[in-house]
Order: sequence, then C-alpha cells, then structure tokens
Amino acid sequence: MNIVPILVTAAALFSLGIYGILVRRNAVMVLLAIELMLNSVNINFILFDAYLRDTLLQGQIFSIFIITVAAAEVGIGLAIVLMVFRNRQTANLNDFDLLKW
Amino acid sequence: MNWYEIVTYLVLFLMFLAGIRVVTTSNVIHAAISLVLALALSAALFLLLSADFVAWVLVLVYIGAVIVLFLFGIMITRAPLGVNAELDNEKKLTPALVSIGIFLSMSYGLITSFSGEVSVESGATIEKLGLILLGRFVLPFEIVSFVLLAALIGGIALARKDAALISEDQI
Repeated sequence: MNIVPILVTAAALFSLGIYGILVRRNAVMVLLAIELMLNSVNINFILFDAYLRDTLLQGQIFSIFIITVAAAEVGIGLAIVLMVFRNRQTANLNDFDLLKW
Repeated sequence: MNWYEIVTYLVLFLMFLAGIRVVTTSNVIHAAISLVLALALSAALFLLLSADFVAWVLVLVYIGAVIVLFLFGIMITRAPLGVNAELDNEKKLTPALVSIGIFLSMSYGLITSFSGEVSVESGATIEKLGLILLGRFVLPFEIVSFVLLAALIGGIALARKDAALISEDQI
C-alpha cells in the first residue's frame, strides 16, 4: 500500500500536538499533547523502517529509545508540575509568572 | 483495495479522530482516555507494519504506565473534572493557523517526495531485534537505561517533601 496516507496522518497528529501545546492552559494537558507529537514521530520511524527494509532495524530501535525517553520525560515533567502545584496551588500555565518581569 | 488497506485506512482515520479529541475536548479525563485510544490505534498500525515488539512495548509502557501517571497527575493537581471552559486559552485562532500551516507545509513535502509502495514483509523478528539491540546498539541501550535511572532519582528528588520545610510546617 502507499505510504503517503500514513505519513500525512502522522504529520496531522504532530500538528494537533502543536495546537494542543499552544492552546491548553493546564500543564498536564500540555504534556498530553507532547505525547501525541512523540507518538507521531514513532509512527514515522516505524514506517520508514518498513519502507527502507533496513537490515539493522534502526527505525524500530530508535522508536524504542524514543518511548524510553518519553517515559522519563513524563515522569520528570509531572514531578515538576507537582512541585509547582505544591508551591502555587495551581497547574494553570498562565499563573507561572515568577520569572517574568 | 484489499482488506489490509481497508483496515489500515480505518486505523488511520480513527487515530486522527482520537488525536483531535485529545486536544479539543474540555474534559480532562476524556483527553487522557482519547490519548489511550490514539496510542492503542498506533500500536495496531505498528502491528500492521510488522513491528510486533515495538507495538507491545507501546502498549505496555504508554497505555500501562504513562497514562496511569497522567491520570495520577490530573487527580493530584485537582484539575477541574467534568466540562469546564477554563482549560483552554481564549485565543484559538493563532494556534490553529500555526498548526494548519505546519501541517500543510509538511504534507506538501511528504506528498511530493514519497509515493512509493511499502511492503509489510520487513522480515523483522523479535529474535533479530534483540540480537541487534544487544549487539550493535548495546551502548545506546545502556545509556538510555542510565537516563531512566536519572529520571527516577530526579522525579523522587523533585516530588518528595523537603524535610526542612516539613519541620517548619510550610507544606
């Protein structure tokens, strides 16, 4: 089958993630949108691995690494959100203005 | 159009709808559950592209662990459950324009560059993947395990209560 529909769907998921990051106010919702973008990158890696028929399977291996790093990123990100929530009693990104002047 | 293509197109369409719902719904729990749906459908797509191991890793790590972490974060930050209009910014036009512009430029590049046929027979077995992962890619594999360890320690260090602050009853 043609690979263009899968590529375009992955691009659409990436753009939806960008929209979510820009439009959401809640920090946890922004992290959800980042997960969507990382997943679209994974789709591209797996698709090009199948398309190029790589003998070293580098697409699959890279997507495993991306999944690992994404799990680490979610853990750290939620810990930071939790810390900020404990100090400011809100997870609203518009209220995180301590470094603004 | 054979069954393989029909199933693939259906998976892609549902994944797109789930992605839209993740970023547009005004209910935080619905957003997390829609992300579960989108990730499960992308795991199905990986199965269709004969990447079995990555598909099950996605199911285990994302749907099993990351979504639970997200629901935990939603609950503990007391994000307003149920429908609320405070979840999004008022200005939605500029983000929509930015994302549509990025989508159109990416799609243009992809459509003009790739029109090849993909084969599902990539010949990738889990045995071969494991040999490559622990053979040629063993150093990045170990480094990424250190990244996970550092993230674990960092998460604990960030989220635990500070002993000095506890004694002063500031938390």
